[in-house]
Amino acid sequence: MNKLKIISKGLIKENPVFVLLLGLCPVLGVTTSAFNGFGMGMVTTFVLFMSNLVVSLIKNFIPAKVRIPSYIVVIASFVTISELVVEAFMPDLFEALGLFIPLIVVNCLVLGRSEAFASKNDVFSSVTDGFAMGLGFTFALTALGGLRELLGAYSLFGYSFIEGDGMLVFVLAPGAFIGLGYLTAIFLKLIGDR
Amino acid sequence: MENVFIIIIGAIFVNNIVLAQFLGICPYMGVSSRVSTSIGMSGAVMFVMTLATIVTYLIYNFILIPLDITYLQTISYILVIASLVQMVEIILKKVSPALYQALGIFLPLMTTNCAILGVAMLAVQYEYTLVEGLIFAVSHGLGFGLTIVLFAGIREQMELIDVPKGMRGAPAALVVAGIMALAFMGFAGLV
Repeated sequence: MNKLKIISKGLIKENPVFVLLLGLCPVLGVTTSAFNGFGMGMVTTFVLFMSNLVVSLIKNFIPAKVRIPSYIVVIASFVTISELVVEAFMPDLFEALGLFIPLIVVNCLVLGRSEAFASKNDVFSSVTDGFAMGLGFTFALTALGGLRELLGAYSLFGYSFIEGDGMLVFVLAPGAFIGLGYLTAIFLKLIGDR
Repeated sequence: MENVFIIIIGAIFVNNIVLAQFLGICPYMGVSSRVSTSIGMSGAVMFVMTLATIVTYLIYNFILIPLDITYLQTISYILVIASLVQMVEIILKKVSPALYQALGIFLPLMTTNCAILGVAMLAVQYEYTLVEGLIFAVSHGLGFGLTIVLFAGIREQMELIDVPKGMRGAPAALVVAGIMALAFMGFAGLV
């Protein structure tokens, strides 16, 4: 398959958040600011990239019956690695993401890509797919984080533009759902789905 | 006793697992188009969540801590939950075919439900005792059931409404979930 096609599919046509609606828990849970969203996106991209790589390398040695548990073990190993690395080098980010880093294990996006793509395709395509899906995920998280930070705190990536406290509701739970709802509608309109 | 009451009210209303902690969004959005299926789903979640919390509690305190390998928490928990789901499925099939039929496809989906793993990890993080952890898990299951059944009820009614074209489907459902979260924020400060 054409590599460029895989990338544009992950970013736009099959954007994991806006189109496939996969892995919504971290999308809603950590996007209180653009930076938190971006950080979570990067950690997930790393896990997606590595798990797609390993799954596609070992796909011929795993009996079909135990493939899902095997994929989960592969994913859990990379999640533990990234958890320890983030805790050691970026304690602030670790504090902000909290429970959602270990929960990447049960992110349906990661397991979904292993099962739907990496177990059927060659190594290079799988790695490209993991990277592209990760980028699409990061894009969605950063966009939602940016929107919520902009409306909720009148700032972006920590730089404030306007004086004042912002609309608190966008930083709290309801803002996450409502913000994602409208962003999804806009995204679907832009890619010509409706 | 007072402590137990606080755990129950806190888990069901104040820190509702879906609307305040953002766990289990996938089944919340995915299996909420009919009230009947959402009841089946919440039953399965409550059952597995309680079992998983008890088993992972025992594993954490009697295997991981004595051997000083708590960094293996994520891997061991997910393996335990995956095999537990498989085991429950096999036992139910044999013992109670009716319940097995009712839960149907929801059981295997349980492995990748982050609410289950999340509650098991939170119970350890809050340093609950086994009994407190058990109550914590059951109330979180109830909280999940309450929100998903309410949401399914709203979505059944929404099928009759003429939603603007751009907002049909997922966007409108997300906005409705946002309004529900707003309503649940009224419980904040209760405990």
